[in-house]
Amino acid sequence: MSVKVLYFAGLREALGRSGETVELPAGIDTVGALRDWLVGQGRDKLATAKNLRCAVNQDMAGPEAAVRDGDEIAFFPPVTGG
Amino acid sequence: MSVRVQEADFDLNAELAALRAGDARIGAVVSFVGLVRDINDGAGVSEMTLEHYPGMTEKALEAIEAEARARWDIYGTLVIHRIGPLKPCDQIVLVAVTSAHRGEAFAACEFIMDYLKTRAPFWKRETTPEGARWVDARETDDSAAERWGLGYESSR
Repeated sequence: MSVKVLYFAGLREALGRSGETVELPAGIDTVGALRDWLVGQGRDKLATAKNLRCAVNQDMAGPEAAVRDGDEIAFFPPVTGG
Repeated sequence: MSVRVQEADFDLNAELAALRAGDARIGAVVSFVGLVRDINDGAGVSEMTLEHYPGMTEKALEAIEAEARARWDIYGTLVIHRIGPLKPCDQIVLVAVTSAHRGEAFAACEFIMDYLKTRAPFWKRETTPEGARWVDARETDDSAAERWGLGYESSR
């Protein structure tokens, strides 16, 4: 399956990209597994970033959240608006 | 109920007047305006840029407003959050709530602001004499949100 991954703020800068569409191998079906898989693809900063947050289809989600074909998954640092 | 994300500044008086216009049920209007300060974490700040996640930002703010309306008997809500480059003294955010009595409006306004600080996908990057840096999240913001007991889920 294929998912769209987005990166924001300091994470976007550290990775040098704002997003990518990736084809996932079988078994990568949660946010946590996706994060680990992306680290294996060279996105090292995803392993070391502190308190990283995630959203699935624009809703906050934890590492156990399911990832499905066509989803939009975003990784970002803790928010600092307001 | 209304949410706006914009680069342009806002006129507080005009926004509050529009929010309560013609509604004689309203006995209280509470508003909060957040401003850019010229110092943060011991360094001078000459400029700040706000990045956000288009789409999710509006969705998150609407969810926060809906939660406030479910908790308190309030009539109107307005959230305006600016993005892009800002200078010290500039307005960043407006939260306004109307209700029959002040108690509900005060509580709902504070709730919306506390949740916005931890759930709406905005990030501040500030320019200091030592260069540009991303602003770190504050633990006090997390604890301010947690006291409302909505079970803030993080991916920590």
